[in-house]
Amino acid sequence: MGSQFAVSTALAGRDFATFPDYPAEIRAPAGTTFGVSAYQINLGGEPITTAGDAPNVLVAFNPAALKVSLPMLQPGALIILNNDSFTPRSLTKAGYDQDPRNGNALDQFQVVTADIGHLNLEAVKAFGLSKSEGGRCKNFWALGLLLWMFDRSLEPVETWIRRRLAGTPTLCDANVAALHAGHAFGETAELSAALPQIKTDAASLAPGEYRSVTGAEALALGIAAAGELADRPVLFCSYPITPSSPLLHRLTRLQELGVGTFQAEDEIAAICAAIGAAYGGMIGVTSSSGPGIALKTEAMGLAVSAELPLLIVNWQRGGPSTGLPTKTEQSDLYQAVYGRNADTPLPVLAASSSGECFDMAVEGVRIALRHMTPVILLVDGYLSNASEPWLLPSVDSLAPIDSHAAPDAASGPGAQMLASQRDPASLGRPWITPGMPGLVHRTGGLEKDYATGHISYDPDNHQRMTEFRQAKVDAAASFIPDQALELGAGKGDIVVVGWGSTYGPIYQAARRTGASFVHLRHINPLPPNLGDLLSHFDKVLVPEMNNGQLATLLRDKLCIKPVSFCKVSGQPFRISELVDRIEAERRGDAA
Amino acid sequence: MSERLTAKDFASAQEVRWCPGCGDYAILKAVTTALADVGAKPESTVFVSGIGCASRFPYYLETYGFHTIHGRAPAIATGLKLANPDLDVWVVTGDGDGLSIGGNHLVHTLRRNVGLKILLFNNEIYGLTKGQYSPTSRIGTVSPSSPAGSLDAPLSPGQLALGAGAKFFARAIDTDKAGLGHVLRQAHAFDGTSFTEIFQNCIVYNEDVFADFTDRKDAADTQLHLQHGEPMLFGEDKSKGIQFNPQTFALEVVDASESPGDILVHDEGNGLLARLLIDLELPVALGVIYRQPAEPYERTFYAHHPSGMKRTKRVADFIKGPNSWKVT
Repeated sequence: MGSQFAVSTALAGRDFATFPDYPAEIRAPAGTTFGVSAYQINLGGEPITTAGDAPNVLVAFNPAALKVSLPMLQPGALIILNNDSFTPRSLTKAGYDQDPRNGNALDQFQVVTADIGHLNLEAVKAFGLSKSEGGRCKNFWALGLLLWMFDRSLEPVETWIRRRLAGTPTLCDANVAALHAGHAFGETAELSAALPQIKTDAASLAPGEYRSVTGAEALALGIAAAGELADRPVLFCSYPITPSSPLLHRLTRLQELGVGTFQAEDEIAAICAAIGAAYGGMIGVTSSSGPGIALKTEAMGLAVSAELPLLIVNWQRGGPSTGLPTKTEQSDLYQAVYGRNADTPLPVLAASSSGECFDMAVEGVRIALRHMTPVILLVDGYLSNASEPWLLPSVDSLAPIDSHAAPDAASGPGAQMLASQRDPASLGRPWITPGMPGLVHRTGGLEKDYATGHISYDPDNHQRMTEFRQAKVDAAASFIPDQALELGAGKGDIVVVGWGSTYGPIYQAARRTGASFVHLRHINPLPPNLGDLLSHFDKVLVPEMNNGQLATLLRDKLCIKPVSFCKVSGQPFRISELVDRIEAERRGDAA
Repeated sequence: MSERLTAKDFASAQEVRWCPGCGDYAILKAVTTALADVGAKPESTVFVSGIGCASRFPYYLETYGFHTIHGRAPAIATGLKLANPDLDVWVVTGDGDGLSIGGNHLVHTLRRNVGLKILLFNNEIYGLTKGQYSPTSRIGTVSPSSPAGSLDAPLSPGQLALGAGAKFFARAIDTDKAGLGHVLRQAHAFDGTSFTEIFQNCIVYNEDVFADFTDRKDAADTQLHLQHGEPMLFGEDKSKGIQFNPQTFALEVVDASESPGDILVHDEGNGLLARLLIDLELPVALGVIYRQPAEPYERTFYAHHPSGMKRTKRVADFIKGPNSWKVT
């Protein structure tokens, strides 16, 4: 009904359409109410006068429509702008002194711009319509784009157009062509839907100051905060890839926090430049998505071997290969934990929400510097652009990050050995960087003698170094907090174990069913008490957006037999399907 | 001022493990000598290398050294130079490491003009992997992976570099102490990416591949040592010269005494001339072929950074964003 209403509104060339039935349970942030939340799409060609509830998506065909509708939007709302209507004349007409696309008026929104008018006319040119008839097709062009972004089928709309305009075949074909052209534009530009914000119940939020934040924004701020806490500059090196690029864009705006960005020629160069920066004493960070992470793998091994700190962010998307660039998945867990040549362990973390990207960036850099190791931070891809209300953290309240100051050159047994003198608890070596007098030494990817750091092919030494590299990652476990229960009793018939962005739906499903809920942020090493925590339940259910990767890890590390609930449709879990599964597991009749 | 360091002070205590007779020994000696000559400081000098015989270089120098992964040294060195632009960063690579697996990084480093001193040891063969043909091997090179002769056309390091926007390109022969020493000092002094091709003799897998111009007894007739502002003369008694033929648009060898006025004078800043010189077959052009000073990338990077990579604000200044609200 909703889509047909929207279709009929658009077709009639009216300025305003309500589109009330997008599902509410998608990607719900923690601590929010669910259920009846409705999304609206305002298609405005003329100033919109009918106010609805705060809309999540605005398609503004001209500056006036933008101006009138902007105050109604929720922070984080998606705005699609028709670029070619932003002429000086129409800006003046709308009362804009300056182009709103250039200032910061739209900072709190997610803006997608396209030359909709022009692109639409191109798409319908072949049908020989009048200018006004052709121009009106742009409503369907925009709808096609939205249907792509929200992953809706074109078919019902197309069927509806064909039925409705059966009497005017040319007009009918032109509108269908416009619909497809808008859809194709979204696909070609790899535009993925920013998550429409769920209305939040203020009463359910803890007191404090909040803002709306996307994962990319929170992660950028977290990286900068880590630099502040470690008192080191940050060099972020990356190569553009969907959906990782927003982090690069965000960081370019945080330069005064001692953050530099370097757009490298490829994924390998990106991680290598970050390693070079770390070798030079800066906090090196790189970011990508699964295919790019695969290319960076060899360099991760170098950072492990040379004992250099590094943060590697993976915005996970559907695969294999190019896969589903705009769809979310959690299928790079094996890659992160197991996916390198040789015995090359490194710590792996995962963020549960957009806001938590901040905390996990700080935690990632903290671990990297403490243990002098690369760290992988896994983030479910859609969190990059997904907004949620975020309780502003206080950086001052966070512990400073210790960065292994280099030893006094005069105190030690020679520079080459000093470079290998490791802290007994963290097993992190001193962060000696070129430019430091008296500490000149050589390092690299060849196996090194445990004590002297010189190249060594000695069999016993390689055994020792292999064990040392594992011990270092294991040592990280003694610094991380004990795993806590998110919900439920400490023992019972079933515990649901999740990781990443499934937090929201699992939380709600566990709450509704009374199941206990454990959510992991530390994937490797696992929190040391996890095995004990899970041992008090008859069944461990692991829902994840992959083919059972965390379940494998739990089997491997804890010798338990979890039950997998896998969903790899590119769509997040719905609360109802989780509730059904938990109940079926309890009854013992799960399919 | 501390005592001036000698070449010996730049040699590490590590046992050098190249094949006996390898051209790398001469290059190592020339580099330590050049480091002493230019007054380099061990603590602010870094050698970054990739993989291959040439890439063992850092272990043998008493400077900071990072032996990295195949082909990626320019990318790692770029990150290092951005982290600390005060360092003297050298990259040691070979024809396989730099032009094959690492070709992409080399091209982009050159176009950015990062302040790195890149030494490409070109021996037209893969040495460390036991003698396969490389991207600079001539067509027909017989090797374990091309028993009937290689099919691929070789690429020209100099043409590649200039095409990528290199601002400094020089050439030298491994055993030519004076010529190599001169080029290394010039490469060191260049502010930006200096790219130096060193003809290196692989005694095991490709011996004498450059003998047609490196043989000392014919050197006067086969080598053209370029000096900026000097006429291009070579041969015994400088009797031969290089002239530009506008009909063929090519350089040609002429008798210097016949029309001394037409002998080309070397101009390092002339890119067109540099391209012609790179392709000159005999004599082979050596020395600084092209030098066109330009702002190095790291300086532009810091100049364009609003706070020069310093922390002048706090996260607290940014964390609120434009639109926060309070929940009580």
